[in-house]
Amino acid sequence: MSVVPPPTPPTVDISKTRWGGLGERLFVWTSLGAVLIPLAILAVLITDVAVDAIGRLDMGFLTNYPSRRAGQAGILPALVGSLYLIGLTALITLPLGIGAAIYLEEYDQKSRFATFIEINIANLAGVPSIIYGLLGLGIFVNALGLGRSLIAGALTLALLVMPIVIMATREALRAVPGDLREAAIGLGATKWQVIRQVVLPQAAPGILTGTILAVSRAIGETAPLIVVGAWTYITFLPDGLDAEFTALPIQIYNWVSRPQAAFAQNAAAGIVVLLTVMLAINLVAVVLRNRAQKRIGS
Amino acid sequence: MTLDELSRPTRGLGERVIERLLQSAGLISVLTTIGILWVLLAETTSFFSEVSIGEFFGSTVWTPLFAEKSFGIWPLVTGTLLVTGVALMVAVPFGVLAAIYLSEFAPPRVRKVLKPLLEILAGVPTIVYGYFALIVVTPVLQGFMPDLSGFNALAPGLVMGVMIIPMIASLSEDALRAVPSSLREASWGLGASKLATIRRVVVPAAASGIVASVILAMSRAIGETMIVAIAAGQQPNFTADPTVPVETMTAYIVQVSMGDTPVGTIEYKTIFAVGTALFVLTLLMNILSRRIRRRLARGVGG
Repeated sequence: MSVVPPPTPPTVDISKTRWGGLGERLFVWTSLGAVLIPLAILAVLITDVAVDAIGRLDMGFLTNYPSRRAGQAGILPALVGSLYLIGLTALITLPLGIGAAIYLEEYDQKSRFATFIEINIANLAGVPSIIYGLLGLGIFVNALGLGRSLIAGALTLALLVMPIVIMATREALRAVPGDLREAAIGLGATKWQVIRQVVLPQAAPGILTGTILAVSRAIGETAPLIVVGAWTYITFLPDGLDAEFTALPIQIYNWVSRPQAAFAQNAAAGIVVLLTVMLAINLVAVVLRNRAQKRIGS
Repeated sequence: MTLDELSRPTRGLGERVIERLLQSAGLISVLTTIGILWVLLAETTSFFSEVSIGEFFGSTVWTPLFAEKSFGIWPLVTGTLLVTGVALMVAVPFGVLAAIYLSEFAPPRVRKVLKPLLEILAGVPTIVYGYFALIVVTPVLQGFMPDLSGFNALAPGLVMGVMIIPMIASLSEDALRAVPSSLREASWGLGASKLATIRRVVVPAAASGIVASVILAMSRAIGETMIVAIAAGQQPNFTADPTVPVETMTAYIVQVSMGDTPVGTIEYKTIFAVGTALFVLTLLMNILSRRIRRRLARGVGG
């Protein structure tokens, strides 16, 4: 192919009458508006929630148990429940998801089995989250007899985020240059040695960030936990895998569905806590990635 | 010779064990699919041994939780489609225009800032959108629509529309960027303005990709749960009026799950029957969307 200079609009544009030019500028502004207006709505949403929450956000809100009196209700069991859930979900989904991704990316790229799994993962990623709730209810809660427990919730969320974990990990593995693998093989390394000593260290920052972001999504999931049977009124902290549990979004849903304005205020405060936890997890992901990149660079 | 054949021929037992372990991790995803199908089909079959398929698809009354039970799924389907329709009326114009801006007009630096910002909209937990729809949007709408009910399809639909804008924008942008620049250059060379080129050349060439993005967004809207469970109400009205309370398929599953429904009762089975309908509907749309996108990847405008 010959080298073509980058496309530039013609300098002499016969159709650019005065009105054509105006119409064009109007269109550019309209399409820019289509990006900016949704962002403005997002800003309004966050500001509104923050303003609603201000009167309720204090240490007591974080350390109290739920109460029938809105002004005394706190979010402690939900916060602790969410942190347990996210930790367990990560423990279950990360080894399986990263393992599956390594298999698909490094071992078995073109076989029928790999193609089948790939299509399957793509389909799973599009399944509505509430269907995962039905899966958890049918299998973990009832068939396996785990009941409405923390572990049943964590297993359900683990399956829900696994397709995203797999896709994020594969992307990170794909970013490792092929000549590194070839060089290692040339030095006589076995397949697993190449993966463990060359590919994984290189891909680690990407895997870390991608998978933390994937798992952090689980913390905002509400519908599957409702179906699996998270409780809305819990006055103790979970003390084991089989404990009854609640979670931040469940507590928020409980408050927002009450008619009194004072509970709506609690819901807003709960949302601020939820978004803060999500933001914190995302920040950790970014910091970890930056550190890992520095380590590899040196 | 492939890389695999070049690697050291003596592959130890450990190597093979590791490969098998990784392979079985991949199998979990297959087991998940089997699990979903098994759970949905087992309970749905059991449901249809008590309720006739004719009633399920023939009746327009859905009252499984009342003493006088009726199992016509249509009110849940129309409720779902009503909210989804409102969402698409917001998301399609905004999403497609945003895609055109990002792909055709935005300077690279502006695009690099705006795109991730727009993606945040898709990352906000849906419970937050639900709160916003109920506490903010509905009261604002009631300001100039006094007849609007406190629970309605309009407010959650509008908010859901905002949520799926990034999905349409991102996938439509991919489709627009896949249009070869030679097509644009040819159009400019013929004297067409940039606007005419976009309208008559670029968008038509990317049309199937844009349609695929809309189908995917629609599937996402149909499966969305918390916004509607909070703001649309839980009354299965068979209606096309967006100002009255409705119930979607997802909101019904939430409603039953919030109560303590014993295993084996007909109420318990209804959520799996409704879940199966939801699963089939979204799966078909996802497959359709992927088909269109894959055809697009093989070559556009060529």
